[in-house]
Amino acid sequence: MGVPSVPRVWRELKYKYRLIGSKCLKCGTVVYPPRMVCPKCGNNHMIEEKLPETGRVLSYTVIRYAPRGFERQVPYVVALIELDNGTKLISQLTDVKPEDVKCGMRVEAVFRKLREQGPSGIIEYGIKFRPLSATA
Amino acid sequence: MREVAVIGVGVTKVAEHWEKSLRDLFVEASLKAVEDAGISLRDLDAVYVANMSSGYLQGQEHLGSLMSTWLGVPGIAACKVEAACASGGVAFHQGFLAVASGLYDYVLVGGVEKMSDAITPDVLSALIMADDQEYVASTGATFVGLNALVYRAYMEKYGVKQEDIALLAVHDHAYAVNNPYAQFRNEITLEQVLSSPLVADPIHLLESSPTGDGAAAVILAPLEKVKGCNDVVIKVAASRVAVDHLSLNEREDITTMTATVRAAKEAYKMAKIDAKDVDVVEMHDAFTALGIINLEDLGFAEKGKGALMVKEGEIEKGGKTPTNLFGGLKARGHPVGATGLYQIVEIVWQLRGQAGKSQVEGAEIGLAQNIGGVGSTVSVNILRRVR
Repeated sequence: MGVPSVPRVWRELKYKYRLIGSKCLKCGTVVYPPRMVCPKCGNNHMIEEKLPETGRVLSYTVIRYAPRGFERQVPYVVALIELDNGTKLISQLTDVKPEDVKCGMRVEAVFRKLREQGPSGIIEYGIKFRPLSATA
Repeated sequence: MREVAVIGVGVTKVAEHWEKSLRDLFVEASLKAVEDAGISLRDLDAVYVANMSSGYLQGQEHLGSLMSTWLGVPGIAACKVEAACASGGVAFHQGFLAVASGLYDYVLVGGVEKMSDAITPDVLSALIMADDQEYVASTGATFVGLNALVYRAYMEKYGVKQEDIALLAVHDHAYAVNNPYAQFRNEITLEQVLSSPLVADPIHLLESSPTGDGAAAVILAPLEKVKGCNDVVIKVAASRVAVDHLSLNEREDITTMTATVRAAKEAYKMAKIDAKDVDVVEMHDAFTALGIINLEDLGFAEKGKGALMVKEGEIEKGGKTPTNLFGGLKARGHPVGATGLYQIVEIVWQLRGQAGKSQVEGAEIGLAQNIGGVGSTVSVNILRRVR
């Protein structure tokens, strides 16, 4: 995690809370996290793009030994997710038992606590994903 | 460019070296390499220190000056080279460039990592620094976990069974028995591997490289300067590095490491050889599935057929492509920043005929592949015995 830092969290709030990535004005590629240069065509005219909040699980794992700051959450699921527009990201899955997760499972974004920056640091929030059927 | 020779090598055992510090390990391996090269410390023109996590685990940076001071060679050029777990292979590439350029004659490239100073959550935090801290590490993903995403996707895409992939760990341990510098010199069975605890599903503990401490060093010099001696001469036939998009979500296909494909292709071209000409291989099997993928991406097997190579004995000492005959990352160990240099040293031993029970008869061309991140940085170095 590096040293505890408020500005580091603050400047990413918009992208992490609202799932905003970048769209290339030349080739149309949409990527997350946001950036200034298109990884596909190298063009540097990128605009912010709100990403879809639903997608599917491409691959997943169950973390049983956690890095510092996540020890109390084990076991938890981390997944590679493809959003409905084709953009991919890595996220924790929530509101689901590890044994119920499947590749291809439909998921939706929810706002959750991510981690604490140590006992006296700030609390980081952001997006996790849960099974789409959980809301039905 | 000048041709470059590897004239000296040295390693420490990979272990939990409670009694030795980061600098102790580095100096121990370096002194062995200098002695092996038959030069004096004062002959060195430059030192490259490969290391990943000294800043986090020891609170120590500025390793170029630190290690040169402890080697008693102030005044020379020195720096740390960091490329996560590929630090060793990338530092070797930098040392190669330095000698090839004509600027320096005698260059020491040494890798060192000391992981046993920290408890597990801190080691896991250090290792995930190889990936995006803002958008990947913040999910709680571990480095093992990212490799687990690759493992599952690979099994799904190619229909390969875990029991075939996990055989690579059994292979590594069988060969580490003969390596006095290996961390684990005991044989294991497939049943033990598959019944060991899950670390990050589907990766079992015994499919995963351990944490440990170690240092490995080599001395590089212009080939023209070693032509006078009678010993075996080993030159660097190729040295290439390639990077991929840092994180898995940025890639089209996570079951192929395109940085390996690219670095290998460029290295074969530079060495003027094909994959089939390689006599002995040390590749970066930090996890069993990654090792299987490496066999494919380096051009030794078709996609989806890497595990078959292991099963059919093709990577054994007498096989078509002898691979990881000193225990690989699983059993020799993986002191991350040093691993790439352990691989180079092991290839040198093979080409010199000093590999003991693991010796591949008449080995002339050896390849070392070192990976940083989940295939994010890959070095492929090819050594060749020229006399």
